[in-house]
Amino acid sequence: MGTQTKIIVINERDNVATALETLSAGAKVSVEVQGHIERITLLTDIPMGHKLALRDIEKGKSVIKYGEPIGQSTSKISRGEYVHVHNVISHVLEQRSR
Amino acid sequence: MNFQGYRRPDGKAGTRNYVLVIPSVGCSQAVAQEIARVSKGVVYLPNVAGCGQLGEDRTLVKKTLIGFGTNPNVFSVLVVGLGCEELTPNEIRKGISPSGKRVEVLTIQDAGGTRKTAALGKKIVKEMIQEAAKLSREPIPVGELILGTECGGSDYTSGLASNPAVGTVCDMLVAEGGTVILSETPELIGAEHLLAKRARTPEVGQEVLTTVARCEKRAVAAGQNIREGNPAPGNITGGITTLEEKSLGCIYKAGTAPLEKVITYASHPETKGLVYMDTPAHDIEQLTGMVAGGAQMVLFTTGRGTPLGSPIAPVVKITANRQTYLKMKDNLDIDVSKILQGKGTIPEAGKRIFEETISVASGKLTKSEKLRQRDFCIFKMNPDI
Repeated sequence: MGTQTKIIVINERDNVATALETLSAGAKVSVEVQGHIERITLLTDIPMGHKLALRDIEKGKSVIKYGEPIGQSTSKISRGEYVHVHNVISHVLEQRSR
Repeated sequence: MNFQGYRRPDGKAGTRNYVLVIPSVGCSQAVAQEIARVSKGVVYLPNVAGCGQLGEDRTLVKKTLIGFGTNPNVFSVLVVGLGCEELTPNEIRKGISPSGKRVEVLTIQDAGGTRKTAALGKKIVKEMIQEAAKLSREPIPVGELILGTECGGSDYTSGLASNPAVGTVCDMLVAEGGTVILSETPELIGAEHLLAKRARTPEVGQEVLTTVARCEKRAVAAGQNIREGNPAPGNITGGITTLEEKSLGCIYKAGTAPLEKVITYASHPETKGLVYMDTPAHDIEQLTGMVAGGAQMVLFTTGRGTPLGSPIAPVVKITANRQTYLKMKDNLDIDVSKILQGKGTIPEAGKRIFEETISVASGKLTKSEKLRQRDFCIFKMNPDI
């Protein structure tokens, strides 16, 4: 890959990746998903250990990490955008509050 | 694929060949320790339970001690009792005997005190050690392994790298026909519905939900609501968004195979594939439960580092935190931090851990074995009476 990978995807079904270092908006990162290299331009800053979207995620859709839904988006999340508590809600908590 | 192991009379296979001294009650622990001093092939269980316990706790102690005796890593067993305890050494012997191993019993009150019991015990274990030395390792299919999985002293590197890497090992072992134990019920909270979805049958799925709910109810009764306020603010600062994400990071270490069964503490899986054992989060109680359930080996991931080991089963400790590995090389077996430096992948690390698993199963000593770190603690439901 030449340069070091700065993000990690845990399961090939995931639609989010995790930043291995703090990344700035506009940075270009690449990661291998399902045998091909995904190149993503970051739309926002991503702190180390935090997540970014690998694909566009429509509002109300599942955010997938470890190949499983870790919650659902509360707004449309674009590829390369920061994914965290501001745009994701836990399915578990959501079901509880009903 | 094979490892080099020891075949037992009941057909099971071990990764180690210990003579085990079991104090059936805390009062005989010191004598058991003295007897085990005879040779490095003899180990004892630092058991403090076995008296003043009724009902389910008595059952758990009995089951755990018998489970250690029948574990295929053990060649033969000496049970040492005091003589007046509630759980008698003969009950333990009766539980172990069907495995076809030699099991002897001594009681301190009958033998006439510490020195006499220790002398008699040493004589017995010396014979056992000689018998054990006659047995050689032979090729055993890796599918006969029961692999325990555990994480402790976790940090952000656990969920991102070491747990997923161990998860790929578990998937490889299940593909070879082996058995993997996932445990630690409190860690399932928030992701239990996802594990239940992977269950082989709807009944098993329901059992996952019931087991987690029971654990949560116990915690609430003790004044703790695990679900609320979790992930904690510190987790959120670290990048964890939801409780599902936090719990998945832990359970992912057991891989992605279908869940075959839910088993109770210290029970043998009696099946191939992935099983989930209902254990507490206490690291040593969890480890003890899995080894009592027949695990001949354990893969243990850590972020902050831990010295943990078992008296009879090798525990391979894996970290993806480079600083921790360098600081605690004494205690940690495998460093998979390359994943987080972008210099290695999760499957590559998994392959390396799998190869190490085979080496250790075939006799290579782990760090905790070299340090003789032999932790043992039985899960307790109620206060002693």
